[in-house]
Amino acid sequence: MADAEKTMTNGARPLQVSIKRNFAGRFLLDVSFNVGAGPGTVLVIFGPSGSGKTTVLRCLAGLESVDEGTIRFDGEAWSDTAGKVFVIPQKRNIGYVPQDYALFPHLSVRGNVEYGIPRARREAEGPWIDRLLLILGLTDLQQALPGSISGGQRQRVALARALARRPRLLLLDEPLSALDAPTRSVLRFELRRQLKQLDVPAVLVTHDWEDALGLGDQMIVLSGGRLLQSGSPLDILTKPENLAVASVVGVETVVPGRRVRRERGIAQVQVAGLNLWAADIDQPGDEVYVCIRAENVTLEIGSATKSSARNHLPGVLLGVVAAGPLMRVKVDVGFHVDALVTRQAVEDLDLKVGSPVGISIKATAIHLIPR
Amino acid sequence: MNWDAIFTSLRLASLTSLILLVLSLPLAAWLAFSRWRWRFLIESVVALPLVLPPTVLGFYILTAMGSRSPLGRWYADLIGSPLPFTFEGLVFASVIYSLPFAVQPMASSFAAVDRNLVEVSWTLGISRLATFFRLILPSAKNGVVTALVLTFAHTIGEFGVVLMVGGNIEGVTRTVSIDIYDQVQDLNYAAASRTSLVLLLFSFIVLAVVYSLNRNSPLWPTLRKR
Repeated sequence: MADAEKTMTNGARPLQVSIKRNFAGRFLLDVSFNVGAGPGTVLVIFGPSGSGKTTVLRCLAGLESVDEGTIRFDGEAWSDTAGKVFVIPQKRNIGYVPQDYALFPHLSVRGNVEYGIPRARREAEGPWIDRLLLILGLTDLQQALPGSISGGQRQRVALARALARRPRLLLLDEPLSALDAPTRSVLRFELRRQLKQLDVPAVLVTHDWEDALGLGDQMIVLSGGRLLQSGSPLDILTKPENLAVASVVGVETVVPGRRVRRERGIAQVQVAGLNLWAADIDQPGDEVYVCIRAENVTLEIGSATKSSARNHLPGVLLGVVAAGPLMRVKVDVGFHVDALVTRQAVEDLDLKVGSPVGISIKATAIHLIPR
Repeated sequence: MNWDAIFTSLRLASLTSLILLVLSLPLAAWLAFSRWRWRFLIESVVALPLVLPPTVLGFYILTAMGSRSPLGRWYADLIGSPLPFTFEGLVFASVIYSLPFAVQPMASSFAAVDRNLVEVSWTLGISRLATFFRLILPSAKNGVVTALVLTFAHTIGEFGVVLMVGGNIEGVTRTVSIDIYDQVQDLNYAAASRTSLVLLLFSFIVLAVVYSLNRNSPLWPTLRKR
């Protein structure tokens, strides 16, 4: 929680959550976290579907009740089962953007954005609405109906509508998942810029680690209704604390190994009879899991070329499958390693199943987890 | 042509539709959004007029309005005359008889409004009641129009209940459908045929106008494009 306290000194508001919820005895949500929601900062709640991340967001919005626990924001109790406090969604002063944006179909873009502003204040708030529409690139679409605009435009309308009442906290449920892949990557960058510019702290739910990396300042990982790890998105994705997190954030290669030597921050680890060099971790036991992300693995053909990578392993190609714009290559080097390469590389290297191929990995790109 | 009977039917159908609009909005909203576990019992009661023979319904309504029932006595004390065999009694009976035709299209169109929209409205600070008028009602206006048209048409076509409750008093409770029955009983087929034709054309025109107004969004909730 040192991170949270540090950010709180520069205008951040504390968000304290400690909730339990039972779903007909089959699924128990039990999550506690405590973060500082600073202006323009984004907390990512990351997890696979069914992890409870959307439920946490809905509890923050007041759309779901909790069975036990408290939710406090900026010193105010929104939900406290012991004190019988429950603030209804209307009184929380939040901006909520649900997964499918839920624009009001019978109202124009401007009508949607102004919906939450009382009629008496519409005129006074006109310049602010104009500015909001300008920032989000919606000025020319004001009179359009939601049915006639694109998915990316709908996402921006939903954002503008959520921000129109100047909420204290913005809640976003998978804001990019309704978009196609090329639009996503453009809008991810845009959304980041807009959230920074608008200065509202946000909580964002996603199952996509590109969203988490591209949008998050802080992140918590949920799985099966439990909090697994919290920290910066990059740290969590590259240095998962345990096997469960590694699996949730999608580390492709996780194999058991044994640390045999430690030397200036680098550890020598034996995996399937092979020696690997990895970033060392500060823990007493030598039984570890070795984690390798596919994008950190380079393919080599023929005798190993000179490079700064510490690990060079000969192997045999097991298979190639498409992974979005890239290709995922599986190589047997004594254990199975996944590599992400471009289509061009697959053609240039003339890769075929069964052909010999080497891999190289930097020591710093191999992460160890205690076993 | 018995214009008195036509006028009585139109007056009855308009009044019944108006009263049912006011009564059904809150009832349909409650049925659409209540999570009460015994809600299905209320739904069953509302749907009863759909399946009960009109004579059975008419008999119970007549009994309820009669001087032996508390309701009948209360009304007679209040107004000074009893309900049965009056136009007001007919309106009361029609409201009950046409209740499911008003409530069901409204309730299903309210329930069809995307729950996400409703929740977003709440998070924007809009109360549940204001959300009903600003979001749910405009989204469900086809259902409300359907309810009114069906109520109106169903009341025009009412026969059994009218006969049981209203009797057959010229200019007061004699509706078009009763008038046609009378004419056929008198072997006056020419008059029956004229009145029937008027009723047929009227019904067709009303329905055609309403359907044309809703050309882009079919009226029947089950067929509506999502």
